[in-house]
Amino acid sequence: MYQEILKKYEPTKDNLIYILHDIQDNDPQHYVSESAVQSVSEYLRIPVNHIYGVLTFYTMYSTTPRGKNVIRLCESPPCYLRGSDNILAKLKNTLGIKTGETTSDGLFTLELCACLGLCGNAPVMMINDDFYGDLTDDKIDQIIHNIREAK
Amino acid sequence: MKYFRSHILIETDEASVQQGAREVMNALKQELAKHNLDQEVNVLETGSLGFFERGVCIAVYPDDVIYGNVKVEDVSSLVSEHFLKGRPLTHLVIERSEKKNIPLGYDKRIVLENSGNIDPEEINDYLGVGGYLAWEKALLEMKPEDIVQTVKDSGLRGRGGAGFPAGIKWSFTSPIKGVQKYVVINADEGEPGTFKDRLIMEGDPHKLLEGTMIASLAVGATKAYIYIRGEYKLCINRLQRAIDQAYEYGLLGKNILESGFDLDIEIETGAGAYICGEETALIESMEGNRGIPRTKPPYPGVKGFMQNPTVVNNVETIANVPAIINKGADWYRNIGTAESPGTKVYTILGDVAVPGLCEVPMGTTLRTIINTYGGGMKKGSRFKSALVGGAAGIFLGDNMLDVKMDFHNLAEYKAVLGSGAILVINDSVNIVDMLESVIKFFRHESCGKCVPCRNGNEQLYKSVRKIKAGYAGEDELDKMLLIADTMQKTSFCALGQSLLLPVKSALDMFKDDFLSYINKKKAINK
Ligand SMILES: Cc1cc2nc3c(=O)[nH]c(=O)nc-3n(C[C@H](O)[C@H](O)[C@H](O)COP(=O)(O)O)c2cc1C
Ligand code: SF4
Ligand code: FES
Repeated sequence: MYQEILKKYEPTKDNLIYILHDIQDNDPQHYVSESAVQSVSEYLRIPVNHIYGVLTFYTMYSTTPRGKNVIRLCESPPCYLRGSDNILAKLKNTLGIKTGETTSDGLFTLELCACLGLCGNAPVMMINDDFYGDLTDDKIDQIIHNIREAK
Repeated sequence: MKYFRSHILIETDEASVQQGAREVMNALKQELAKHNLDQEVNVLETGSLGFFERGVCIAVYPDDVIYGNVKVEDVSSLVSEHFLKGRPLTHLVIERSEKKNIPLGYDKRIVLENSGNIDPEEINDYLGVGGYLAWEKALLEMKPEDIVQTVKDSGLRGRGGAGFPAGIKWSFTSPIKGVQKYVVINADEGEPGTFKDRLIMEGDPHKLLEGTMIASLAVGATKAYIYIRGEYKLCINRLQRAIDQAYEYGLLGKNILESGFDLDIEIETGAGAYICGEETALIESMEGNRGIPRTKPPYPGVKGFMQNPTVVNNVETIANVPAIINKGADWYRNIGTAESPGTKVYTILGDVAVPGLCEVPMGTTLRTIINTYGGGMKKGSRFKSALVGGAAGIFLGDNMLDVKMDFHNLAEYKAVLGSGAILVINDSVNIVDMLESVIKFFRHESCGKCVPCRNGNEQLYKSVRKIKAGYAGEDELDKMLLIADTMQKTSFCALGQSLLLPVKSALDMFKDDFLSYINKKKAINK
């Protein structure tokens, strides 16, 4: 099932980062599964442990299933100064989960991350590929509400 | 060419897009078409206009009016007032006086001169402002040695943090013969508080390409990579589009402009690891490995990507190159300071009235940057400190406000320019809280290769938590300093070595903040 993705790339190791991105982006649960790792390992002829080494090194990858919407809240100093810890409390409260967890309906996963390069609008978070800045409690309510409605 | 009465430039950088810039743009186009104005008024996308916290901003030329906080609901009145009745929609205009407060300083800009003025998705716009003239000149009139010499003479120093002279770096790689050489542009921008490279790539991607082309020619690389962090999707799309256009126009590919020189440029993406900004870790990542730094020497300029000579430069460094080739080394040397010629892009954040960016000559003081370009302190707050240079930076106190900032002068104060991030902190904030956030960042981003950094960060984090919880005595402060100092002396790469900067400066300048935590607990215990 991963052949479609794999065959877009030359079977060389320097394509590993892209292949993993591609697989994860196409997985509805935003992660790279064990069977995907197996396929990549066979395709690139590199050991499974190397691939896990890479997967667990970079923060954008996950080896466990995540929610449909992965929230990554920035906790670096500029966002912290602008109250990212309050936003974190608000998110935990609204979603009823802790960092690293997924809501029981599978809709949201909450993660923390380092600077996203949008600090002019601190505090900032990403949900999948979209940025949300100048966060306030009200904005969080609204954003989460909109996503729940759109489901 | 079609003649347009007016041009509307709408900023569609990542920040504006999330605030609805695309929706506003579509609404504008529809509304103009409804009034049959679409043949008279042209709507163009551009990079950041330099205003922050003002929602979607648009600029109307030649009228030179800037609107802020534009929402889809405003579009119909905006079109009818401005374009039908010919008078600005006053309540959305960003005031002249305000604009005077916050000069955009286009006259002094080099790397961001076009951002906010041209459509970054259109190569013709870039050509229209003299784009790719430097590439043509370098390719047809200059020898690689001349290019290296010009950049050397210009005194251009690396803007990625360390400030190494670019021309000298190139001169190590340029003479190497008989092997495949590479140029890699470091766009992994991850230093907290830094987004200058994003603004350059979103606002003027062709400028980065042109600089990359010239650098490749100078060092004899026929293949260049731009390594962009994975989160910067808009940059990736814009640059890819720019690369495609450059191929179409014959500015890339085989035998470019009949010069006999071949060059291909490709984008690589990261996957979220601050350490991959370190040049050798970046190369490891490009090869499909964990981003763990290599031993230096050999430097990448001799043994880099795939063990071949590889010049790694920062986005902002390279974006300076076309202007240097066009206008010459002497012109460049006249800007900035003798030690650090040229301009520097700063991002001004935190408790200032108007967070944002500026590009100013090297040597501009922190006071000018905060007061002139950041609009001064936020109402009702007083300056306490500025964390300059990102997380790997220094907490500066008000005694440093008038230091002329460049690589050399800051080094005299044991400070660093770093990436040019300036985080302004007001006097109600306890520096220990900020330091905790800084240490947390490094603790998370340490790659784990060497013990001093891996364990040192953990120990520093424990110490600062202990201090905040009130379990520590004053001896804890000495311990922190000792750990940071040991990390500086023994860590494998600059990540672990740089903890000393924030830790020592916080302890030196703001010891009272630490003591207030320590004594608070003592008082309760009594
Ligand atoms: C931990 C760490 C992170 C770095 N991050 C970046 C970065 O995000 N962008 C960058 O251009 N340089 C970064 N650097 C500096 C690079 O190693 C390298 O010096 C730079 O890309 C060289 O380009 P320049 O000479 O044009 O500045 C980092 C260095 C370290 C030690
Ligand atoms: S200093 Fe830190 S980041 Fe650098 S090699 Fe050692 S553990 Fe890795
Ligand atoms: S510090 Fe949060 S986006 Fe940069």
